[in-house]
Amino acid sequence: MAAPMLRWCCPGRRFAFARVGCGSCHRRGPPTGSTSNGKRGQSTVAQQPHITAQKPRKGEREWAAVVGLEIHAQIASNSKLFSGSQVHFAAPPNSLVSFFDASLPGTLPVLNRRCVEAAVMTGLALDCHINRKSLFDRKHYFYADLPAGYQITQQRLPIAVNGSLAYSVSVGRKPSQMVTRTVRVKQIQLEQDSGKSLHDDLRSQTLIDLNRAEGQLRVDANISVHRPGEPLGVRTEVKNLNSARFLARAIDYEIQRQINELENGGEILNETRSFDYKLGCTVPMRDKEGKQDYRFMPEPNLPPLLLYDSGSLPPGADPQQVIDIDRLRERLPELPRVTRERLVRQYGMLPEHSCALLNEVGLLEFFQSVIKETRAEPKKVTSWVLNTFLGFLKQQNLAVSESPVTPSALAELLDLLDRKAISSSAAKQVFEELWRNEGKTPAQIVAEKKLELLQDLEALEQLCRSTLEAHPHVVMDLKRGNPRAINKLIGLVRKATLGRADPTAIKEVLERQLSS
Amino acid sequence: MQVTMVSVALKQGQVTPTELCQRCLSLIKKTKFLNAYITVSEEVALKQAEEAEKRYKKGHSLGDLDGIPIAVKDNFSTSGIETTCASNMLKGYVPPYNATVVQKLLDQGALLMGKTNLDEFAMGSGSTDGIFGPVKNPWSYSKQYREKRKQNSHSENEDSNWLITGGSSGGSAAAVSAFTCFAALGSDTGGSTRNPAAHCGVVGLKPSYGLVSRHGLIPLVNSMDVPGILTRCVDDAATVLGILAGHDPKDSTTIQDPVKPFTLPSLTDVSKLCIGIPKEYLTPELSSEVHSLWSKAANLFESEGAKVIEVSLPHTSYSIVCYHVLCTSEVASNMARFDGLEYGHRCDSSVSTEAMYAATRREGFNDVVRGRILSGNFFLLKENYENYFVKAQKVRRLIANDFVNVFNSGVDVLLTPTTLSEAVPYTEFIKEDNRTRSAQDDIFTQAVNMAGLPAVSVPMALSTQGLPIGLQFIGRAFCDQQLLTVAKWFEKQVQFPVIQLQELMDDCSSVFENEKLASVSLK
Repeated sequence: MAAPMLRWCCPGRRFAFARVGCGSCHRRGPPTGSTSNGKRGQSTVAQQPHITAQKPRKGEREWAAVVGLEIHAQIASNSKLFSGSQVHFAAPPNSLVSFFDASLPGTLPVLNRRCVEAAVMTGLALDCHINRKSLFDRKHYFYADLPAGYQITQQRLPIAVNGSLAYSVSVGRKPSQMVTRTVRVKQIQLEQDSGKSLHDDLRSQTLIDLNRAEGQLRVDANISVHRPGEPLGVRTEVKNLNSARFLARAIDYEIQRQINELENGGEILNETRSFDYKLGCTVPMRDKEGKQDYRFMPEPNLPPLLLYDSGSLPPGADPQQVIDIDRLRERLPELPRVTRERLVRQYGMLPEHSCALLNEVGLLEFFQSVIKETRAEPKKVTSWVLNTFLGFLKQQNLAVSESPVTPSALAELLDLLDRKAISSSAAKQVFEELWRNEGKTPAQIVAEKKLELLQDLEALEQLCRSTLEAHPHVVMDLKRGNPRAINKLIGLVRKATLGRADPTAIKEVLERQLSS
Repeated sequence: MQVTMVSVALKQGQVTPTELCQRCLSLIKKTKFLNAYITVSEEVALKQAEEAEKRYKKGHSLGDLDGIPIAVKDNFSTSGIETTCASNMLKGYVPPYNATVVQKLLDQGALLMGKTNLDEFAMGSGSTDGIFGPVKNPWSYSKQYREKRKQNSHSENEDSNWLITGGSSGGSAAAVSAFTCFAALGSDTGGSTRNPAAHCGVVGLKPSYGLVSRHGLIPLVNSMDVPGILTRCVDDAATVLGILAGHDPKDSTTIQDPVKPFTLPSLTDVSKLCIGIPKEYLTPELSSEVHSLWSKAANLFESEGAKVIEVSLPHTSYSIVCYHVLCTSEVASNMARFDGLEYGHRCDSSVSTEAMYAATRREGFNDVVRGRILSGNFFLLKENYENYFVKAQKVRRLIANDFVNVFNSGVDVLLTPTTLSEAVPYTEFIKEDNRTRSAQDDIFTQAVNMAGLPAVSVPMALSTQGLPIGLQFIGRAFCDQQLLTVAKWFEKQVQFPVIQLQELMDDCSSVFENEKLASVSLK
């Protein structure tokens, strides 16, 4: 490497995480090279003949892939899972480290109530069975950023088990072809994060940051392929995938790799692999980071975690000392699936639009604020929010919260459009002006740029007449029977009105004048 | 002399905390050869004494322990004072915080005289296996023992025949026994407080698991460790326990209910008591002298009207092997943090991180510790976990249930020996290895830790050799107060003789002008 650089790696452990283990089955078409149509979830072979671009060769049967995910998600809490030190994104290295975090001898873990609540709520949201009693375990391995030599997790009896998540995916070429799928959730467990290693290759040093609070999501994917009806294949684990996009690419690649390997008479090794996102392929990891005996043992310093519901709550219990599942259930927000159904029902929205509104943080709230303030049709609002507004955000890589256009401004703009004060093309122009954020209201912009529709019919008649007079050859063309010539005339009139006239109105006037 | 009485003397101005402190410091120096202390925190203690003195002058002391010299086993974290666990691994390690129990003592105004010697990481039963060398039993130098020796054998070289203290809290036991402090903290995982207490003729209390915070105690076996209390009388143990007991938000295994300081009542009538004598504790290895004292004690209770019955703890014989599996497994886990990165010893090698770990741990731990780590990791291997660890946990439950059954049958307190015999000479002790010794010596004490019960060793009498023999009382979980009440009654009945170290101390007594106060510290 030419330049000195710091490379950081997360060797597979995260702090204060709910760990969600999922199992789902993806079946694949034959390995004929055409499976890469880009979208996951379209890979269910039986219902999706379109991915079988070439027919299976004679005697060749389909392959089925089985994928299980281990999702590490950071809990949004003020302090760490087992210590009182703060959690801040991008804090200076080792600035948020308690004696426990540094594993000083004699320190003991103290469970963070907020993290337990978050885990229970996640379990409820994922339709899990919440274990009234769960246990903590130690998972041992030596690593420089694991100062205790073990990580506290919930291996044997986790806080929640046996859940499921239903979701919709579009199938086929039209986005409106949505089907509902279900993924099973095996368990949710609370787990302590490790630190972070920073490898300084130049000086062959490893620097350790024990803050342990960054990276909100990380996924390990377990993948195997087999012929339907036969036992499951040997699995590989692709570790440390930190975006949905890479996760999808890694799984697609790995399934294809395994199929190719088996088709060519090779065998699949039970190994740990990593995803090289630059090359788009998975590669085996060094052995010591892969399989090892973690020598699990009960964590003796944490008593069993007991949860209660309104029926089992011990009388006179201090609410600060107990966790009541029923009260947490009451605090659950409306779940995304319910929201999507409500949007479809309430606004007559297409299912894929309801999905799109929920896929972007803050977009639904933005949409609802606009709806509340405008008289425009919900369909119009949906279209503007999802096409124009979201388009601008995406183009500039902004979050909804960073948008220069407020819901009120968009609502006002849609009102102008709704009462036909401006044309849609003028509205787009106004929106662009709003995006520049010069503190003007849509009405001010319309006035300044003279974008309001020409309401004076006399003036429009006048303009039409002079346009016809100025372009006799187009009129001739029209009279010779070219139907498209009328569009040319409409365009010319619109140009003359500086885009302020409604094309339908222009057409009406022109036709009347031509026929008279 | 009892701590509460010294406290009165301090209040009345008969003696000042500084005088008391200097007296103990001088005795520490005088008895340096006992090797009871690893670190003597002279400056800290004198400064604390000065502050205590100011408080007494103003007339508001912090409590019974204000100005009272205490010592702390060197496996409790002490802020700003080196905490070694008698291991190369932690040589030079200065914790940035106090263990909760240490903090509680300091908050009461106690004077921290120093950190006491132990077996490396508290793994042992002799206080012979630490990097600072073995602790010598003060009774080796007592008038009582020396006179008997002169009668029995004339030829042997006295100095080479000093006795072990027992362990692993031997430094704390010796420190209390030799009057260098009024109370000391030990730790008790399988008998480490009660065993040296018995050998050194002092009271050794192992409180109920969960009654006293372990935060800051460098662990041996988290599920069995309890801070222990060593004092010269039962009342003192109760005074210290009253201060230490209670919930600690930093230790999730401590009880939630509030605990108040208490004073032990003086029992006059034991007729309502039921004393259980577990028959399984009558083992062939039990010395005849301990056996006869045990019987004598049982008779004493009976003659005073108590109900004394034989009881059975049928799973006792599995305790040693069960303890071995559970102890080494937790040791393997707890010792994993000593990797040379964050604190403690680090080897010079820098070939690779793995090579550094290996060399650091080889240099840092002694054979005993490394042996236990190795066994523990073996038991925790995936293929062995069910057969060893899980089975041992089940046996542990059976052992704990034995006690529950006995106490449910109406027994208030169990009476057992603490040790097989009196203290043995060092030369004799080291004929067996640490593992064998620990297995033998913990036989009467270990099951109590598995069950989390309170137990106290009370010195009963001197053997024919002139050495102390202690007996153990075991109570119901969290009935520590009841246990100590019975122990106090017993203590009063047996009138255990005071160790006579005059020859050792003679030229120290001049520190005190007031003769009465000389006896305060010496008696």
